[in-house]
Amino acid sequence: MNSTLLNAKEISRAISRISHEILERNQGAGNIALVGIRTRGVALSQRLRDKIKDIENLTVDHGVLDITLYRDDLTKGLQKPALKKTEILFALENKHIVLCDDVLFTGRTIRAAIDALMDFGRPSSVQLAVLIDRGHRELPIRPDYVGKNVPTAKSKRIQVLLNEEDGEDKVFIQEYSN
Amino acid sequence: MLLSNQNILTTKELTKQDIQQILDTADSFKEISTRAIKKVPTLRGKTIINLFFEPSTRTRTSFEIAGKRLSADVINISGSSSSTEKGESLIDTARNLEAMKPDILVVRHKYSGAPALLSQFIDSPIINAGDGSHEHPSQALLDLLTIRSQKGELEGLKVAIVGDIRHSRVARSNIQAMQTMGIKVCIVGPPPLIPAEFKYLGVEVSHNLREAIKDVDVVMVLRIQLERQKQGLLSSLREYSNYFCLTQESLDKARNDILIIHPGPVNRGIEISLDVMESKHSLILNQVTNGVAIRMALFYLLLGEKNANPN
Repeated sequence: MNSTLLNAKEISRAISRISHEILERNQGAGNIALVGIRTRGVALSQRLRDKIKDIENLTVDHGVLDITLYRDDLTKGLQKPALKKTEILFALENKHIVLCDDVLFTGRTIRAAIDALMDFGRPSSVQLAVLIDRGHRELPIRPDYVGKNVPTAKSKRIQVLLNEEDGEDKVFIQEYSN
Repeated sequence: MLLSNQNILTTKELTKQDIQQILDTADSFKEISTRAIKKVPTLRGKTIINLFFEPSTRTRTSFEIAGKRLSADVINISGSSSSTEKGESLIDTARNLEAMKPDILVVRHKYSGAPALLSQFIDSPIINAGDGSHEHPSQALLDLLTIRSQKGELEGLKVAIVGDIRHSRVARSNIQAMQTMGIKVCIVGPPPLIPAEFKYLGVEVSHNLREAIKDVDVVMVLRIQLERQKQGLLSSLREYSNYFCLTQESLDKARNDILIIHPGPVNRGIEISLDVMESKHSLILNQVTNGVAIRMALFYLLLGEKNANPN
C-alpha cells in the first residue's frame, strides 16, 4: 500500500518556493551555484536552475556529483552501485554552493557530498536543498531549504519519482509488506 | 554489480558485461586525474602490493598511481630487491606477503601462468600485470577504453595487430577481449613471429602490412621485444623494419581516421616511424592516461565491493 505525499503540482510549487528562498537568502543569483547529487538530486538542481533563470534572467553554474567514492558503507551491504561521472566544471571559490538531493534521511549522503565538494575547492558556503526531509538524522546535518517535512517511521521507504528519471512527478511512502 | 571473477588473470575469463562494466567505471574515474586534488577516499585503509619480478615503468607506476588516487596504501616489491634473490620460492614469497594481510596483489612475472599459480595459494584478489608471453589483461582493457573513447562503440570495428605476436602477451589479451566485444581482429607480421596455432583463435592472418591495414579502424603496433629475439626468428631488425615498420608510406592506403596505438615502450624507427608516432592518428599517450583509470576501476571493482543502497 502506498500513500502519496506530493503530487506533480505540489512538487512544482515546492521548487518555486525553494528557488525564491535561495535567491532571498543569497541576495540574488550572482554568486550561487547548484550541485545535484546523483541520481534524483540532479533533476531537482536542474529545475531549480531553470526556475532561477525565469525569476532573475540569469543562468547559474550547475554541477553534478556522484558520491559513490565517498560513501562510508562501500565495503558493507549487498551490491556495488554503478559509478557515474562527477561533473563540476566551474571554480567553487567565492561561490555559495547549494547542494540538491531528493530525500534527506540519515545525513550520510550529505556528509559524503560535502567531502567530495571540498576536494574541488573552497566555496564561500555550502547550503542544502531537499525535496523531502524525513528525519532520523545520524549526523549533525540540517537542510537550509525543504520542500516538505515528513515525519516517518524508520522502516518506511520514501520514493521520489521525477519526470527526468521516472517519467512522472510524485512522492509517496512505500509500505513494506512482508 | 560485481565482476564474475575475483581475480583478473586473463581476458578469457571476462564476460562482455564485465568488460563493459570495467570500461564504464574507468570512464567515470578519468575525471579524478584532472582535479587539483587527485584523490578520493574510497580505498582508505586498504593495502595493495605490487609484486614485480620483471622490469616495468609504465605498468608499475600506473598501478601505483591508481592505488594512491583511491587512497590505498601501495607497496612496491621488485624482483631484484626481494627474497627470491636469496632463493625463496615464488609461492613462499607470496604466502609471506599474504600473512601481512594485503587486500590485493598485483603480479608481474617472466613465466606464463605465475599469477594463476599464486591465485591457488592466496586468498586476496590477484591482478596479472603481465606474465611471460601469456597475458596482460589490464593493457587490453586500457586499449579498449582508448578505442572506445574515440569511436564510441566497439562492436563491429576492425583492428590489425602488427608485430611480434608470438611473444606478445598484449596481443593475446587483446585478441580475446576484442573478440568478446565484437571486434574483428587481423594479426600481421613475418611468419616466424605468428605461430600457426593463432588461426584457431578466429583471427585473420596477414603477412602484408600495407594490405592488412587498408580498411581497419585501428592498428595496434607491438614492440619488437629485443630481449626475446635470441632464437634467431628474425634475420635482422632492419629487414623487419623494411616490411613491417608502420611509416607514413605504409599508411597511404589506410583510412583517413585510422587510430594508432602501441603498448610501449616504443623502439622508434623499428616498429613505428617517428613521424607516425607523433602524428594526429597516434593515441599512445592517451593509452597511458587511460591506463590509470582502468587500474583504478579494477581496484574499485575488486575491493570496494558490496553495497547497500539507502536513500
